[in-house]
Amino acid sequence: MRKLTGLLMLSSAMALAGTAWGQEGEPIKIGVLHSLSGTMAISETTLKDTVLMMVEQQNAKGGLLGRPLEAVVVDPASDWPLFAEKARELLTVSDVDVIFGCWTSVSRKSVLPVIEELNGLLFYPVQYEGEESSKNVIYTGAAPNQQAIPAVDYMAEELGVEKWALLGTDYVYPRTTNNILESYLADKGVASGDIFVNYTPFGHSDWSKIVADVVALGADGKKVGVVSTINGDANVGFYKELAAAGVSADDIPVMAFSVGEEELAGLDTTNLVGHLAAWNYFETADTPENAAFIEEWHKFIGDDERVTNDPMEATMLGFNAWVAAVEAAGTTDVDPVLDKIVGVEVPNLTGGTATVLPNHHLTKPVLIGEIREDGQFDIVSQTEPVPGDAWTDFLPESAVLDADWPGKECGMWNTETGTCVQVQSNY
Amino acid sequence: MTRQPFILRNPSILIVLAVLAAFTVAVTLMSAAYGNGAIPTSMVKVLGKTLCLALAAVAMDLVWGYLGILSLGQMAFFALGGYMVGQWLMYARTETIVAASLAQNPIPATPLELQEAVANQIFGVVGSSDLPLVWTFAHSLTLQLILVVAVPGILALVFGWLAFRSRVNGVYLSILTQAMTLALALWLFQNDSGFRGNNGLSGLQNIPGLEGRDQATLSVWFLWASAAALAVFYVLAAWLVSGKFGSVIRAIRDDETRVRFLGYPVEGFKLVVFTLAAMITAIAGALYYPQAGIINPAELMPIASIYLAVWVAIGGRGRLYGAIIGAVVVSLLSSWFTGGRAPDIRLPGYVVHWVDWWQVALGLSFVLVTLFAPKGIAGIFDRLSGLRAPRRAAPRKQEVKA
Amino acid sequence: MMAFRASLRLFPALLLALSLLALPQISAANPALEAVIADNLDQIEKPSRRTVEPLIAEIAATGPEGLALLSAWASRNLGMTDDGRLLIVDGDSATDAATGAAVTGADPKMLRPNSGVRGVIEGALVAGEISSPDPARRAAALSSIARDGTSAHLDALRAAPAEEDPALAARRDRVEKLLTIRFDTDTAARVAAIEEMAGDVSLDFRAALNPLLATSRIAATEEPANANIARELSVGGGDFSEEAAIALMTSEGLLQPKLSSADQRNALAANIVDGHVGGVPVGQLNDPAARDRAYEALEAAGTVPPAATEAEAGAALEATRFFDTYAEPDKAVTDAARAAQMRAEVRLTAMKGVDLGLDALSLASIYFLAAIGLAITFGVMRVINMAHGEFIMMGAYTAYVVQTMIANRTLSLIVALPLAFVVTFGAGVLLYRLVIRHLANRPLETLLATFGVSIALQQLAKNIFGTQARPLTAPAWLEGAITFNDVISISSIRVAIFVLALLFLGLFLFIMKRTRVGLEVRAVTQNPGMASSMGINPDRIAMLTFGLGSGIAGIAGVAIGLFAQVTSELGQQYIVQSFMTVVVGGVGNIWGTLAGAGLIGVLSKVIESFNPSNTLAAQTFMILFIVIFIQFRPRGIIPQRGRAAEA
Repeated sequence: MRKLTGLLMLSSAMALAGTAWGQEGEPIKIGVLHSLSGTMAISETTLKDTVLMMVEQQNAKGGLLGRPLEAVVVDPASDWPLFAEKARELLTVSDVDVIFGCWTSVSRKSVLPVIEELNGLLFYPVQYEGEESSKNVIYTGAAPNQQAIPAVDYMAEELGVEKWALLGTDYVYPRTTNNILESYLADKGVASGDIFVNYTPFGHSDWSKIVADVVALGADGKKVGVVSTINGDANVGFYKELAAAGVSADDIPVMAFSVGEEELAGLDTTNLVGHLAAWNYFETADTPENAAFIEEWHKFIGDDERVTNDPMEATMLGFNAWVAAVEAAGTTDVDPVLDKIVGVEVPNLTGGTATVLPNHHLTKPVLIGEIREDGQFDIVSQTEPVPGDAWTDFLPESAVLDADWPGKECGMWNTETGTCVQVQSNY
Repeated sequence: MTRQPFILRNPSILIVLAVLAAFTVAVTLMSAAYGNGAIPTSMVKVLGKTLCLALAAVAMDLVWGYLGILSLGQMAFFALGGYMVGQWLMYARTETIVAASLAQNPIPATPLELQEAVANQIFGVVGSSDLPLVWTFAHSLTLQLILVVAVPGILALVFGWLAFRSRVNGVYLSILTQAMTLALALWLFQNDSGFRGNNGLSGLQNIPGLEGRDQATLSVWFLWASAAALAVFYVLAAWLVSGKFGSVIRAIRDDETRVRFLGYPVEGFKLVVFTLAAMITAIAGALYYPQAGIINPAELMPIASIYLAVWVAIGGRGRLYGAIIGAVVVSLLSSWFTGGRAPDIRLPGYVVHWVDWWQVALGLSFVLVTLFAPKGIAGIFDRLSGLRAPRRAAPRKQEVKA
Repeated sequence: MMAFRASLRLFPALLLALSLLALPQISAANPALEAVIADNLDQIEKPSRRTVEPLIAEIAATGPEGLALLSAWASRNLGMTDDGRLLIVDGDSATDAATGAAVTGADPKMLRPNSGVRGVIEGALVAGEISSPDPARRAAALSSIARDGTSAHLDALRAAPAEEDPALAARRDRVEKLLTIRFDTDTAARVAAIEEMAGDVSLDFRAALNPLLATSRIAATEEPANANIARELSVGGGDFSEEAAIALMTSEGLLQPKLSSADQRNALAANIVDGHVGGVPVGQLNDPAARDRAYEALEAAGTVPPAATEAEAGAALEATRFFDTYAEPDKAVTDAARAAQMRAEVRLTAMKGVDLGLDALSLASIYFLAAIGLAITFGVMRVINMAHGEFIMMGAYTAYVVQTMIANRTLSLIVALPLAFVVTFGAGVLLYRLVIRHLANRPLETLLATFGVSIALQQLAKNIFGTQARPLTAPAWLEGAITFNDVISISSIRVAIFVLALLFLGLFLFIMKRTRVGLEVRAVTQNPGMASSMGINPDRIAMLTFGLGSGIAGIAGVAIGLFAQVTSELGQQYIVQSFMTVVVGGVGNIWGTLAGAGLIGVLSKVIESFNPSNTLAAQTFMILFIVIFIQFRPRGIIPQRGRAAEA
């Protein structure tokens, strides 16, 4: 039903394209670029609904700048080239003022050139591998230093892990994250022989050999820990094989970066109890803000069983930051909004505030959760808010780069030479 | 009897060319860059891409409709063409950026430093910084353009030579072509393969050297180029299948053994058509991906090639214009239905969202076409206009051999 | 080391506490505990594994209430009230940890120590548990010690009363030996323990041995005096290159690092004078040779420090010796450990081979199961059914639906297997009647039409079940693994799949060779015209065959869903491999399919073991191999002979 309204809005938008918008009372348009079909639909549909909920709430508060908000929903169908096509359509045909969207890195890379060419504004709500900073993107998910590094620290310090198995699906997020982690662990004095890396294809199901390899790592008497960037469905087979091999979380803890409440909903969690995940938000966070958010979500979606997750919080933070920046700028034009958005503070759901940094990332607390039998997480560690770092400090080429936009006009500033490496993004 | 020029013997060619020209002029006049802007740039890109797909379908029809090889790996050639041109696009664009950045350094950069910096920019994202061997020629547009046809051509030649020599045919050959594209896709999915793994090559819509032109203009230029390529290769394909050569390959399709007994080098004919089709498909791909903006290994998973076969079958195989009709109709319908524009159907108690049901409808309609209209949409045209040439073999018996 | 010392301190306190534990529990106030709690509230609320040990020792020392608090803490039954009291929560009731008083109406914040902290607490409690009268608790304590033992545990094990349960006694003996190897101060005892266990390939023994044999590489001018040297390395030898030697010397500060090109450039940039560096015009510095010249000129002028030269490196190499030294100082122990390791090596390699073989067998049986249905339809009818993968998926979803309705997993599996067969048998027959029958003798069109069915079914599954993976859980008796030792083990579910594959092989052979239907099928395969004139209805036979093939696909789906994930793309993942299996093996012969599955399974695993870090590469090479294989044996491993081969 809601999708239908979105579609109707879109078609009316198409019909009116070309006429001048912007007078008082005309709606402010918000583009929603999340896959509603294809492999990513299950994850991204939730975020589409989150944006629609935020729009509804904002309209209930009287809109923005005295104008109502209107969501324009399109479906890029988990097809990466289609993301670029739909982004162009949103910006030129529907004339949206801001876009909330994308999940996978490759979809973001597909959209980037279009957004930069047309000077759009994208809020990207998912944890990612960093090594990117675009003038036109606000990254509201975690950068590696807001998820991977603290998680590894936790494993080393609290669980005593000395030997590392970095298992990932073969695509850019695990590759880059594992590169950063390898380099970080080497800095901490872990020998390269104590790091085992493995990449598997999407949807991999034959895990017996890999699990055996991981178990065999324990042969030199060091505590083994797994850092998993395994994506999506492949996790099911992986955890099943782990359980079958009799590996408990006490023997070999698995720290996952891509397994959240939504993913666990499709799994039998009895055998996973005690394994870990690192995020910036868990549904079990015990704060009044979170309780209110969950209640509104259940009311909006009409289903008390639906879980909330980290990318939803990131979407919410991005939306609120944008609203605050628009109010401060008094317009929805991209450049003034970008000027004002740096430094904006919005309350997060885990009991602190998220600040938009000059490098277009947020400050976020890092939470570590242990999986419970009911598919939720016990929060066992929560840090103070950590500022997101676009260019990691743990790779030599990136350590010299910084991405503070104001005054520099580039997101890839070499601090050693004091020059811009490139003005547009690396696609 | 004096032989007429082959174009005049085939009025359908003139009709196709006329429609194509009219279409191109109409789109140009309604584009944002050269006309009144009634068709937005994103739509111009969709239409340009559709022309490229139509060209790939024409090549598919050559191989399947005329030669009788159901190749389920055509999109491998399509994507390879895209990858080859994409390498230059990425390299040249990055080189401009890097050169500008290095120029700020007091000491001029050595060629090696420049190359390292470019590699770092391109591969830094996927966690590497060396320029792989496969990028050796990426700096040169000419060489990469040669590779656009050379790489898929050689792949098709080697693959075809091995397969035809061992008399692999029928469904075996189909499975084998499918395995080929799957192996290639899996190889490209690896980060180590040097093509940036799952991320693929992106930002391809920014053409180095044409930074001053906006996408509205570029999209029309690419539409022209795609239309021109389609026209040229359509005529080439039509010429090829109209003469004696065409008769031989159709004969191979209908009864390979008999043609061999008649003394024709069957393998040679097959190899020529298979390789030529691969090269045409690659050119279509090379024009397609700069319009799409991004290419990644998902583009050459077996399913994509099967879709190509579906388009040709729905359009009508064994008719070159049928292939074009199939590709245009089905791909545009697909993007319309999955784009969330198609109105939902309200049944009592259930709302049919086309986003969810389009695939089901497509699959079933495909079964229906195979069962009840084996000649596809073109077959309907034939019946209407009585165009059907009497000398064509009845397609009923064409694939009895398995 | 930290943990070790802390545990030493902890131990006497625990013994004391344990003796108190024997006394009847009295709910009396414990002021000492109260004081400890009051002083350490912060740390109790947010404990860290690295710092919590002294606190745990303190709490344990306060008596039985302290121990009760610890065990509640470890099992996450401890809550903290706003006014700083700790409550042990048991369901709805709660008692104050310090006073023992029942508390009602409090809403404590439950404490959630992480598993590292819980491990420390359990480690502290466990030393006492080892003499517990309850065998289950003793067993648990042994497991805990085996996982994370300390020298304190060694003392506790030796001090504990003799174990009566023979199984536990053996385990305890083993754990004690392992701890002896790691922690005993007496060389003779350690060597004895190592020699007793030598030849054992289990993981825990290797885990005890390998740290003893861990070496570090040092560069020195002469042999280090007090080090336990494993061997001296010769530079340029097979495993120690000159570059490695130079890198080692550089990192140890024995050699000045080589000038990197970036440093060179920066040095040059810092010394630009009038557009020249060392007399070389800046414009020419895009040539590495010119840069070297300019740098040499600067060196000569003394403006930059001289870079390390080849000659210096050579001289340093001459003067330096390289050693691998053991971290373990005791030579007798390392010698014994090395000997024990050598003895295990050969067995270990053989066992790894066996384990790989099991994995390969398992993969082969999965492929066989997925392909057998296809082999039937393809072999008998020459029909490529692209929807075969979707039948596998239907089987898996059938099992999922059954599991949502029948809670008992064993029962649901027993119901699901035949039901999956029936459902997919029906679907196969339907597909045959509606589509395939009308496309007789047009194999390529059948291929495409069934592909249409395949995409429709896949999307239908997405519409009904969503795109996310659905849980399909094996019954408890199929969970876990069959473990021969720490190297060779295979999960039970895979064994079950293997058995299932054998069963279907037998069933197929039985039907084909011993039944009327099989006879008719063979007749139709060999000569449909003749069969038909003998009174066999080829259409009916074809329909039955197709149904049978589809039904087996459904059962394969249940099996695959049990060890992997149930998604709408499940079938798609197996369809190409299934085709390969059939084609590689040879059409129309069940033994061919078996051979094909075996070849693909073994080869996949062997390629995977060559490059364990990249599973994708293994798959790529596998398919490449198949493509080439078919070029040379186009009719498969076991080709069909006679008339049927020409069909």
